[in-house]
Amino acid sequence: MMGHAENAAPFVADEDRAHWHDQSLWFVRAKRDRQASGIPEWEALREAASAIKTHTLSRLADYLEEFERNATANGIHVHWARDGAEHNAIVHQILASHGVTRLVKSKSMLTEECHLNPYLEAHGIEVTDTDLGERIVQLRKEPPSHIVMPAIHLKREEIGDLFHIELGTDKGASDPKYLTEAARSHLRSKFLGAQAGLTGVNFAVAETGGVVVCTNEGNADMGASLPRLHIACMGIEKLIPRAADLSVFLRLLARSGTGQPITSYTSHFNGPLRGGEMHVVLVDNGRSRILGQQAFRRSLGCIRCGACMNTCPVYRRSGGYSYGYTVPGPIGSILAPQRDPQKYASLPFASSLCGSCTDVCPVKIDLHHQLLAFRKVLVDLKAVPLQKRLSMAVMGFVLSHPSLYRMGGGLMRAIVPRLSRRLVYGPWNPWGIQRELPPMPKQSFRDLVQREPS
Amino acid sequence: MSSRNAILEALRQNAPPPASSPAPLTGIRYADPIKQFEETLIGAGGRLVRITAPQELASELANLDVYPSAAKVASLVPGIPSRNVDLSAIEDPHDLEGIDVAIIPGKFGVAENAAVWIPGETLTPHRAIFVIAQHLILIIPAHEIVDNLHQAYERLHWSPNTFGVFISGPSKTADIEQSLVIGAHGARSCTVILL
Repeated sequence: MMGHAENAAPFVADEDRAHWHDQSLWFVRAKRDRQASGIPEWEALREAASAIKTHTLSRLADYLEEFERNATANGIHVHWARDGAEHNAIVHQILASHGVTRLVKSKSMLTEECHLNPYLEAHGIEVTDTDLGERIVQLRKEPPSHIVMPAIHLKREEIGDLFHIELGTDKGASDPKYLTEAARSHLRSKFLGAQAGLTGVNFAVAETGGVVVCTNEGNADMGASLPRLHIACMGIEKLIPRAADLSVFLRLLARSGTGQPITSYTSHFNGPLRGGEMHVVLVDNGRSRILGQQAFRRSLGCIRCGACMNTCPVYRRSGGYSYGYTVPGPIGSILAPQRDPQKYASLPFASSLCGSCTDVCPVKIDLHHQLLAFRKVLVDLKAVPLQKRLSMAVMGFVLSHPSLYRMGGGLMRAIVPRLSRRLVYGPWNPWGIQRELPPMPKQSFRDLVQREPS
Repeated sequence: MSSRNAILEALRQNAPPPASSPAPLTGIRYADPIKQFEETLIGAGGRLVRITAPQELASELANLDVYPSAAKVASLVPGIPSRNVDLSAIEDPHDLEGIDVAIIPGKFGVAENAAVWIPGETLTPHRAIFVIAQHLILIIPAHEIVDNLHQAYERLHWSPNTFGVFISGPSKTADIEQSLVIGAHGARSCTVILL
């Protein structure tokens, strides 16, 4: 099974690009810091966001029923889907009953999770992703590599080449302004020709029975305000109790994610267009199971801002595709193995446990603690390779026996310097693939301390 | 069992212990909210025009680069005429395509993020107007600037099936190499006039 490290190998091999990727994301992290430091009550806001999520999750069923009642009163059709397959079937059924063959979509990680696009395309529906980054990766037949900045892994020249082929832009042109303008006119014709618009949901509000969608581009508003049919798809954890709670989350979301005070458009959809139809699809797809796991349920508080991946030293240097899951980075490394522990067993280990993700998370998810806790779960499930399990068992034994530890240290200091390089960096030492052991010291730290006059 | 009931039952079975909702927060206040609004709006790619008397509106509009030359102007502000557009005659929102400038009254602005609240009833009958027009001009009363979003949501009331949007600056994207481009799908410029 390919793990994170193997998947990351091609990305890491191109050092210049890996460095550029790292710097691009760090730039966003720095913007986030500037925004956060401009709000004196920043930490109180994070506390409040965390508390609202904890409260909501403690009575999520009640709030979902309240949402359903109020949404129905708004004239919205509410659907429930246990898993991705049911979600896809519901969306297709709505589209088919309206004879829709051309759909425009704004960003929705949920539909990525459910693999909606290939499903609809197999049923003869043209699906156009309209967020610029998403359109770029869609034209490249790739998934997004980041949940907020889907094409963050691509250079302008690659996008220029893609647009030259797909949209007929000038050969060699790579100016972002020029390319964006080309995408604008291409996608405007898609908006005007679409028979339905599908959006994601940033927040659903139980009190109002409506959904809130945040974009900078305005693509959700185009898609939900031109065609008469609007479908909004959401994971059930996107619900918050009251409209006033939006103030807490909206102050955090864009500041944490892209380092802006708020997105350009924050649209509150509380019902259909005049003469139109609006549907909301509530999707479980494993979320109710995560809710039952005490150590990991806080991951359901995630508002998908992307701050944890922007700051993560592993994500920044390995790229989104190395995770092999819809949501990469620290939060993805907790969500993915919940879905399939065997397949995604390497992800909780793709972390230095530095805790930077936990520090920036706007809803205070204890990300690095959960990553550590998940490692134990995976070892218990024997989902971790034997070599790793054995070496951990040996290390655990040695570290819990001080005399053995001292003896082992002495042996290593004596023997390792005499060994040939091939012996030390053999295939049994994956740690040494891209790292060098430090020179062995003459004496241990313990020896030094003991010789120090007190 | 229906999916609905299966999901609700699973959620009830797995529900964590009760936890109460936190007390409302008091947000940041600014010594000069209008100045803060303006600075944040500029940061968001928009611009602010301040007017002291209503009669200056026409001359200030004439000074804007996007307004005098616009072929089609849709105005939702009483007293400012539309130009080559009859909104009341438009049945299908697709026919809004081609509008150069939309002039829309906002309810209030938020200093901390330069967002302007546009209630859905202002946009009736076609809410697409705010995103389909090439340029936006939003007009809000100067005394209607609140400091932060908490105050903003205290002012909002929700009746069934109402739309509403916060607009902060023009449409934009940074999806190509993090380089900011103004004018993604929606307005290419956003001018807020404080009256």
